[in-house]
Amino acid sequence: MAKHKTPLLDQLESGPWPSFVSDIKQEADARAKNEKGLDYQIPVDCPDDLLGVLEMSYTDGETHWKHGGIVGVFGYGGGVIGRYCDQPQMFPGVAHFHTVRVAQPNGKWYNTKLLNGLMDIWELRGSGLTNMHGATGDIVFLGTTTPQLEEIFWELTHGLEIDLGGSGSNLRTPATCLGMSRCEYACYDSQELCYNLTQEYQDELHRPAFPYKFKFKFDGCPNGCVAAIARSDLSFIGTWKDPIKVDQEAVAAYVGGEIAPNAGAHAGRDWGKFDIQKEVVDLCPSKCISYDGKLTIDHKECVRCMHCINTMPRALHIGDERGCSILCGAKAPILDGPQMGSLLVPFIEVNKDDDYQAIKDIIENVWDWWMEEGKNRERIGETMKRLGMAALIDAAGVPVDARQVQEPRHNPYIFWKAEDVEGGWDRDINEFRKRHQR
Amino acid sequence: MAFISSGYNPDKPMEGRVSDIGPRHFGEYLPPVIKANFGKWDYHEIIEPGILLHVAQSGDKTYTVRAGTARLMSVTHLREICAIADKFSGGYVRFTTRNNLEFQVETEEAAKELKKYLNDQKFPGGAHKFPVGGTGAGVTNIVHTQGWVHCHTPATDASGTVKATMDVVFDDFTNMKLPAPVRISMACCLNMCGAVHCSDIAILGIHRKPPLIDHKYLDNLCEIPLAVAACPTGAVRPSKVEVDGETYKTVAIKEERCMFCGNCYTMCPSLPLSDGEGDGIAIMVGGKISNRITKPAFSKVVVPYVPNEPPRWPTMTKVIKKILDTYAADANKYERLGDWANRIGWERFFEKCDLPFTEHLIDDFRDPAYYTWRQTTQFKW
Ligand code: HEM
Ligand code: HEM
Ligand code: SF4
Ligand code: SF4
Ligand code: SF4
Ligand code: SF4
Repeated sequence: MAKHKTPLLDQLESGPWPSFVSDIKQEADARAKNEKGLDYQIPVDCPDDLLGVLEMSYTDGETHWKHGGIVGVFGYGGGVIGRYCDQPQMFPGVAHFHTVRVAQPNGKWYNTKLLNGLMDIWELRGSGLTNMHGATGDIVFLGTTTPQLEEIFWELTHGLEIDLGGSGSNLRTPATCLGMSRCEYACYDSQELCYNLTQEYQDELHRPAFPYKFKFKFDGCPNGCVAAIARSDLSFIGTWKDPIKVDQEAVAAYVGGEIAPNAGAHAGRDWGKFDIQKEVVDLCPSKCISYDGKLTIDHKECVRCMHCINTMPRALHIGDERGCSILCGAKAPILDGPQMGSLLVPFIEVNKDDDYQAIKDIIENVWDWWMEEGKNRERIGETMKRLGMAALIDAAGVPVDARQVQEPRHNPYIFWKAEDVEGGWDRDINEFRKRHQR
Repeated sequence: MAFISSGYNPDKPMEGRVSDIGPRHFGEYLPPVIKANFGKWDYHEIIEPGILLHVAQSGDKTYTVRAGTARLMSVTHLREICAIADKFSGGYVRFTTRNNLEFQVETEEAAKELKKYLNDQKFPGGAHKFPVGGTGAGVTNIVHTQGWVHCHTPATDASGTVKATMDVVFDDFTNMKLPAPVRISMACCLNMCGAVHCSDIAILGIHRKPPLIDHKYLDNLCEIPLAVAACPTGAVRPSKVEVDGETYKTVAIKEERCMFCGNCYTMCPSLPLSDGEGDGIAIMVGGKISNRITKPAFSKVVVPYVPNEPPRWPTMTKVIKKILDTYAADANKYERLGDWANRIGWERFFEKCDLPFTEHLIDDFRDPAYYTWRQTTQFKW
């Protein structure tokens, strides 16, 4: 029997899409029955109370969660987010209901042993409710009490050898696309780089020392499946330099209709016969493809947008001289409007043999600059806007390059420095007056 | 309830402590065929909605079955997922960026069998547990934030708006009949934990009333300079107020300057701004993050406000459905929603989608606003 009446939420049990309400209810029932005879370490009825408080929000159109307090595990500043209900008498099961962020295996592959292990911890010591996964990428455990935090951390690290993720003004849990594990477009091993940097910067991840949050995201190619360019302070997006590899026989098979274009992505509707001129040649943004029975790409003009490759994945393959581009400063609108990542490094080798040192040098230069110049709660994208892209490029220690801009500046208000000008800025007014009367 | 110790000793917190070990290495969780062909994939195909085939240079094949989920998942639900993985996919399962599930199987028959099995699993209320789809030129799962389920600043719910939307566009999840992929995202406040600012269609919770000021408590709970500094428009300033004959140090808000971002509330709990009538949703469209054909682009606000109408938000879903259907009928193959709108012109977009253009859609926020005004006489009647 449900603890609270939830007539509004109940309406979300119908309809085809998976219902979180039905799921929370099934968890509430499972905890009430407790077939395994667990000695639950936080209130058994917290899923019921969560439904209760949510129904209340549905009725009055306002949240009932309070501002988080400072909670966490010893020695870490991040990983746990304090959460308290503003109606604790009505919903004691969720009076204290903190979120725990847990580091996910990069690319989000799991086996059931690991997943069940995580569930064992969360069933006993938490609400039994999770987000798989949070928007940043980590596993999110929804709701536990303060005394359980150290216990959860202990069991995660000792039992499962997994750490907490990041929250607060620090490096957030880095996230990557599945890359080389199952995608032919991956230009570098996005998972391995993500893993390596996550390990390298554990201190930055757990102990807030930055002006504000900082996110790394890794896309294996310009298709951008984890949206690095829009969501990360530093985005690592795979790319290549040499020609796209063309298999003319397979091109002919696409033209002949033996292979469906775009890997069959448009199968739900009859778009007519594949027209290589219209669907590939004319859509190439840099107009560098021609077709006369044979497909030719003027590869120096290609901007590697992926369209032709996505459309004919069996005929066209990315080049062999592979690496990644690094973009800086993406963020959502808070505070100064949305920003897309801006291209800082057009191409860098992703070299595991020297432990990605070239990439780490850039990261650390950028951090040093931001920690020196950034104001409290200022994302690096805002610092860049305030002090200029040129200042960032200089701080990062990377060469200036026409690729870093869309077009040159519109105004001639150039901040020349004294050293840029012949004879410097120091001049003698008396010498000037010898030439010009007052 | 008896407290169960994990082994942690609060008197000696450093004893046996393990920290800073990071995530487990992903290599431990790759299914054998994935591990064997890591970095050596040749091409892929979408066999039918929700089923992908990947072929390696070695000739090895693997079939992926992709299914949608509500991101909020219980232990019971996850154990059921594990049972499915144990039964069908060698004990391996993967989550995608957009909260879909993926299972690897060896043959097309196994993939189809698994698809059927997943589609047959239903909650008692009738909803699917693991509907298969989310591939190709369709709508995939909605990335979203916490909403009223677990956050202190939302202007709307996340799980509920997502459920209501996915129910309405479900057909486009299980089919691939759109001109290009459509990514819908949801964030319940301007903080945008979900970064909806680059999505084809974005659902964004917004406030419309300036913060309330809890004068009596403000100075005890908050650092006034932090609250003042937090406001991007300089609307907050220190002040003194008399309440019940006593003088309190507090802040004053220049209400006409407030853009309802909630940043002051993040710094100071004595400045709440949620309001049952004031809060609601803005709908944005035309963003993308891929570099394919056109550059990545920001989403644009096309409906400044729809009210919160829990539990099913009918006004919001009606607008979304109308935009999606108009796009589907009008756009060219491979053309993303924003590229279509750019091609036909935004004045035409409003006309075709039956949306009123109001003063609230003209940007007035700092420099970026200028880049959205029209600096040409090329426009359409
Ligand atoms: C035919 C070419 C493509 C292939 C083979 C491909 C492959 C993939 C794969 C393997 C994923 C899962 C990634 C992960 O979760 O780590 C994915 C997700 C995604 N892709 Fe692509 N992609 C292609 C084209 C595109 C294009 C053109 C776009 C955008 C215009 C795009 C946008 C996305 C997005 C937003 C996701 C997240 C969807 C989800 O997790 O359900 N992809 N793609
Ligand atoms: C980088 C430096 C400067 C910039 C960017 C600048 C810019 C401008 C602009 C945009 C206008 C309006 C022009 C128009 O309506 O077409 C203007 C007007 C004017 N500027 Fe400057 N200016 C600069 C320096 C100066 C200096 C050094 C002086 C005089 C010593 C000056 C004197 C004037 C005057 C007198 C006008 C008004 C002209 C009128 O009556 O309409 N400006 N300036
Ligand atoms: S970003 Fe590129 S490499 Fe990564 S999964 Fe997407 S298409 Fe593949
Ligand atoms: S990748 Fe894009 S720019 Fe390059 S040839 Fe293909 S369609 Fe043209
Ligand atoms: S988007 Fe805003 S309201 Fe939603 S979870 Fe993030 S901070 Fe909370
Ligand atoms: S809501 Fe935003 S704009 Fe309004 S007073 Fe607070 S910080 Fe300033």
